[in-house]
Amino acid sequence: MSVDRRQFLKLAGLGGVVFASGLAGCATSGAAAEDEFYFVQLSDTHIGFKGAPNPDPAGTLPKAIAAVNALEIQPDFIVFTGDLTHTTDDPKERRQRLAQFKDMIGALKNRNIRFMPGEHDGSLDKSEAFKELFGETHYTFDHKGVHFIVLDNVSDPAARLGEEQLAWMKADLEKQPKDRRIVVLTHRPLFPLYPQWDWATRDGDQAIQLLMPFRSATVFYGHIHQEHHFKTAHIEHHAAKGLMFPLPAAGSQPKRLPLPWDAAHPYRGLGFREVDAERPAEYKLTEFPVVKA
Amino acid sequence: MKRRAVLQAAAGALAAATGLWALPARPQEKVIKITARRFTYLPRELTLKKGVPVILELTSADVVMGFSAPDFDNVRADIVPGQVARVRLVPEKVGTFTFLCDIFCGDGHEQMSGTIHVVV
Repeated sequence: MSVDRRQFLKLAGLGGVVFASGLAGCATSGAAAEDEFYFVQLSDTHIGFKGAPNPDPAGTLPKAIAAVNALEIQPDFIVFTGDLTHTTDDPKERRQRLAQFKDMIGALKNRNIRFMPGEHDGSLDKSEAFKELFGETHYTFDHKGVHFIVLDNVSDPAARLGEEQLAWMKADLEKQPKDRRIVVLTHRPLFPLYPQWDWATRDGDQAIQLLMPFRSATVFYGHIHQEHHFKTAHIEHHAAKGLMFPLPAAGSQPKRLPLPWDAAHPYRGLGFREVDAERPAEYKLTEFPVVKA
Repeated sequence: MKRRAVLQAAAGALAAATGLWALPARPQEKVIKITARRFTYLPRELTLKKGVPVILELTSADVVMGFSAPDFDNVRADIVPGQVARVRLVPEKVGTFTFLCDIFCGDGHEQMSGTIHVVV
């Protein structure tokens, strides 16, 4: 029976500390365990938002953080796919909100965290404030055989990656073997999910074309505040739930207004996900609510 | 360069500089003026007759906005304050369609949209 490394640790009753300390190799007999890992995706925390769709705007992210901290085995890393804060015209307030977010996520046990801006963080100032607090808006990193590319489709308020970033992405991908597993992390959908609600990246098709030669290329994004799964050719695109208010399904109502707070089911529609990178080139997604029912 | 070509080039440069994109103002086509301001359009509803093209003349009262009607071919423009953007819209299908701002403009951007009714 094949037991992956998380299953092994669970069966063995071992915790995250052991997981991080290199016992992984004994989980399975093959090389598979070497490459298996998991990360957590959180998105659209919109710190600074106030309104009826969430009567607990300051308490929701801490609850999600507590849920992540309570995971039996801590993830290899955590990613926030944009809209860390809710937009404001005031540059000082924008920085305060970003700093508040940064302070709040200080409670995460796992300190290996990746960030990117959403349009609420970065479209009004070309991500100037975001860069001050979180660094670059597009970059790459590698983890256990997977090449991650973080794309910025929000610093241009017209939702374009732009020629410069696309050239950078092209040059980066040219260095990768075609059998390398590629994961793109970004805020907006790269495909035209629903342009009528601005759920698109204007030049996202060019990024998708760059990914096409790769056998395994997968996109994880936010922006639409709900789980959504789509394929363009062999490339999978997975949208995450948000952590402030859920949005309706594309085109299901005339306006893209937040879904109303459900007092009978508080935090309904909010949550985060685990992404298990398994071999061969598969990702197992597990969705978690902010609070258990 | 012949004088006529020089004049055409000058006219093109002027259009580019002013945003008065030289869409042929065909005499029979109605011009509809739309003003964008954070976070609305005026008017927000248009009623058009199927098969009767119109020219949308777009201006912004404050910041750079977008105008996009994704259900129609090539109906989108940047609306830069102080300039006039023009797009031609050919209503080929009866129905109700959305137009929206596709340049993020602040808290309220998500609600900045309008409706095009195409009737027989």
